[in-house]
Amino acid sequence: MNHSVQAHEHELEHRDDFGAKLGMWLFLLTEILLFSGLFLSYSYMRARYPAEFHHAGSEMNAVLGVTNTLVLLTSSLTMALAIVAIQRGERKRAMAGVVATIVLGVVFLVNKAFEWHAEIHHGNYPGSAHLATLPPGEQVFFGLYYTMTGLHGLHVLVGISVLTVMAVMIKRGRINPDRFVTLENGGLYWHVVDVVWIFLLPLFYLAA
Amino acid sequence: MTEAQNNLPERPLSYLDDSGPRRGILGWITSVDHKRVGVLYLYASLGFFAVGVAIGFVMRLVQLNMFHHLVTAQTYNALFTVHGVLMIFLFVIPGLPPVFGNFMLPLMIGARDVAFPRLNLASWYFFMGGAIIVVIALFTGGGPPDTGWTFYVPFSLKTGTNVTLAVFGAFILGFSSMLTGINFITTIHRMRAPGMGWFRMPLFPWALYATSWIQVLATPILAITLVLVMLERLVGIGIFDPAKGGDPLLYQHLFWTYSHPAVYIMILPAMGAITEILPTFAKRTIFGYKAIAMSSIAIAGVGSLVWAHHMFTSGMSQFAIMLFSLLTMVVAVPSAIKVFNWVSTLYKGSIEFEPPLLYALTFIFLFSIGGLTGVMQGALAINIHVHDTYFIVGHFHYVMFGGTGFAFFAALLYWFPKMFGRMYSKRTAYVAWVPMFIGFNMLYFTMLVLGLQGMPRRYYNHLPMYNTGHEIATVGSWFLVLGLIIFFANLVVARFRGAQAPANPWGGVTLEWSIASPPPLENFEEIPIVTHGPYVFEPEARHEP
Amino acid sequence: MSEPSISTEATNEGPGYGTFVAVWAVLVLLTALLVLVSHSGQDAAIWGLMLITPLKAALVFYFFMHLRYEGLLLKTVIGVGLVTLIIFFALLFSDVAFR
Repeated sequence: MNHSVQAHEHELEHRDDFGAKLGMWLFLLTEILLFSGLFLSYSYMRARYPAEFHHAGSEMNAVLGVTNTLVLLTSSLTMALAIVAIQRGERKRAMAGVVATIVLGVVFLVNKAFEWHAEIHHGNYPGSAHLATLPPGEQVFFGLYYTMTGLHGLHVLVGISVLTVMAVMIKRGRINPDRFVTLENGGLYWHVVDVVWIFLLPLFYLAA
Repeated sequence: MTEAQNNLPERPLSYLDDSGPRRGILGWITSVDHKRVGVLYLYASLGFFAVGVAIGFVMRLVQLNMFHHLVTAQTYNALFTVHGVLMIFLFVIPGLPPVFGNFMLPLMIGARDVAFPRLNLASWYFFMGGAIIVVIALFTGGGPPDTGWTFYVPFSLKTGTNVTLAVFGAFILGFSSMLTGINFITTIHRMRAPGMGWFRMPLFPWALYATSWIQVLATPILAITLVLVMLERLVGIGIFDPAKGGDPLLYQHLFWTYSHPAVYIMILPAMGAITEILPTFAKRTIFGYKAIAMSSIAIAGVGSLVWAHHMFTSGMSQFAIMLFSLLTMVVAVPSAIKVFNWVSTLYKGSIEFEPPLLYALTFIFLFSIGGLTGVMQGALAINIHVHDTYFIVGHFHYVMFGGTGFAFFAALLYWFPKMFGRMYSKRTAYVAWVPMFIGFNMLYFTMLVLGLQGMPRRYYNHLPMYNTGHEIATVGSWFLVLGLIIFFANLVVARFRGAQAPANPWGGVTLEWSIASPPPLENFEEIPIVTHGPYVFEPEARHEP
Repeated sequence: MSEPSISTEATNEGPGYGTFVAVWAVLVLLTALLVLVSHSGQDAAIWGLMLITPLKAALVFYFFMHLRYEGLLLKTVIGVGLVTLIIFFALLFSDVAFR
């Protein structure tokens, strides 16, 4: 039994912050590739239906799209600031940064909910009678719209949950100036979510 | 000393005896020890392999006139679908990396575990979760899918069978693959023993490294493709449905963008295992170490450029067809380089003939046939005639079964004594080989001929002109199954009653052979310091008497 | 490095608050530019998409995600991802664009 106790302790001893970061970047690669499948589909379809995509895109709510872009860009800022703060031992500021990021994430989702609600209200959703009357290219546009913004929204939700856990960890001191690679990794995830949206904006909202 | 060791001389406490805080089954399924996780994958994937073999056996029976009405046409469609899904997603793709990669990678690079042990166990949970969902899909909803393992639209959107759930199961399985890839890449970058530079690392880790990159980069494309199929079936987003403006060809592009690199996930670790086995039994260093290492990376890279060779007859542009045909010819080159290097390793070596070597040589032979038929298929003029025929089926069984399958068997024979501390009957391993080899070629070479004669794949019925071919193939399948039974019975018996194996039964020189069989929980008493390359057999160079 | 090592960032290394705020400001400006350009006709919109958007993404990667201050390995990891994506798009369009 000595052996297994030693082994257990040894497991705890093994700490590799750079390895943790490397692992996170590799995971983020998979997320980027995941969304890329959808971007590939979008570009394929846009090449087939340039006029319909232009037309459907011009009816999307660009104001909401741009607002959400600003919301997410700012949330990336607050996240980055939180990490500078924890590096410098400024725990309260770090906490504030993480909480601000979470709040902005929630704002994003609320906007998204309004947006989807409006579109559904106009009958623009998969399977609706109205959509079936539109040209095929526009139907595909909306199919991609819901899929891509939906998957993105899901990732925002996951990000909010993860950051909430991290806020708790900061409070309990498990993330601290000597050990904050976990927060960095959480930040990396959040930034990828932002980058995906940066690409979604012109694809769906700025077609006009 | 524990009871298990009553009959055996003293040996250090191994990972098999030392289960940590929990005992019994719980000690296994909650263990983050890479060796235990590897064994969990071994038992699980072999279980699915057995079911897949059984289904294949039935499929072959049904092609005999005598047994043709054993199943209906609908059932036959489900059988070949499930056979493909089980074999590909639950045996061949997961096979070598999580089993032998998990067990051997840390040992071969002188580490105590992988970079993320808990993630490793989580990967196994994803594997089992996905597998269970797939199994449930077979018995619920509209029944087992009948679309072929490729789930081509539009049929997969319209069929009443339980495609949605099965595809969801495959989606979950993808996480296992991605997380294992992330784990291995990080492990290889961060946890090599002191002194083990990249070019002192054995070639199995190199193969795992290349494989892991494919797993990380390609699997997400499959994941999103499966999500799109589910969304199409559930809410009708229209992306693949022509009536709504969708395009079935888009599905094929997305599907094969993963599924072609997937075959390199299947073969690269297999080649890596063979590259470990040959030097040990030739008692000399591998020929062309760097060429083999770099060709693994090249195969991973170029293999990502050729996917549309599965789509030559689907309606793509002329330009794309020619481009992909050219790229397909290129990808054969690094594989051929490996074959030349393997053969050159054996040349003027001091050959010790043991079961792992026999199966490794068989791999080279069968894989070469598979590879060459692949090159044939890459030629457009041939492809038009053989696409969707038994020629394709013969080809991929030669590479996946003759290749990865036999490499799996060879790796098992090679590393079994290390993993379980027991030796199997070598004679029985040789005996099993005879019906396996004869049966394999009877079964699959005949398929190559049948395909050239025009026998289509995935057909319940066939014209009388193909009767003889089918009969030969089916009898071949019986020999093959007999051989498999003997092969595995040997190992099962050895697992519990085999003679105790020494630390290094084959005289290997890579790090896994320097520790006890089975390895202790922490692998190494002290992390070794590496001072030379991996395949040095001259005793003076290793500072041994 | 082949040995596990504790790697925490020295507080001197890496950007401070000001850098990030500046990057954010540039991102907001680029977004405004993108909106402007998208109102100037189809061609301009596509150029905007192709040039400005990757630039925004690059800023997020380089500064917010710290890539500028990381070593060659992490930069290569992302580079490999980028090359893979380019290849996927290019080969897909070898079909789509020539049908």
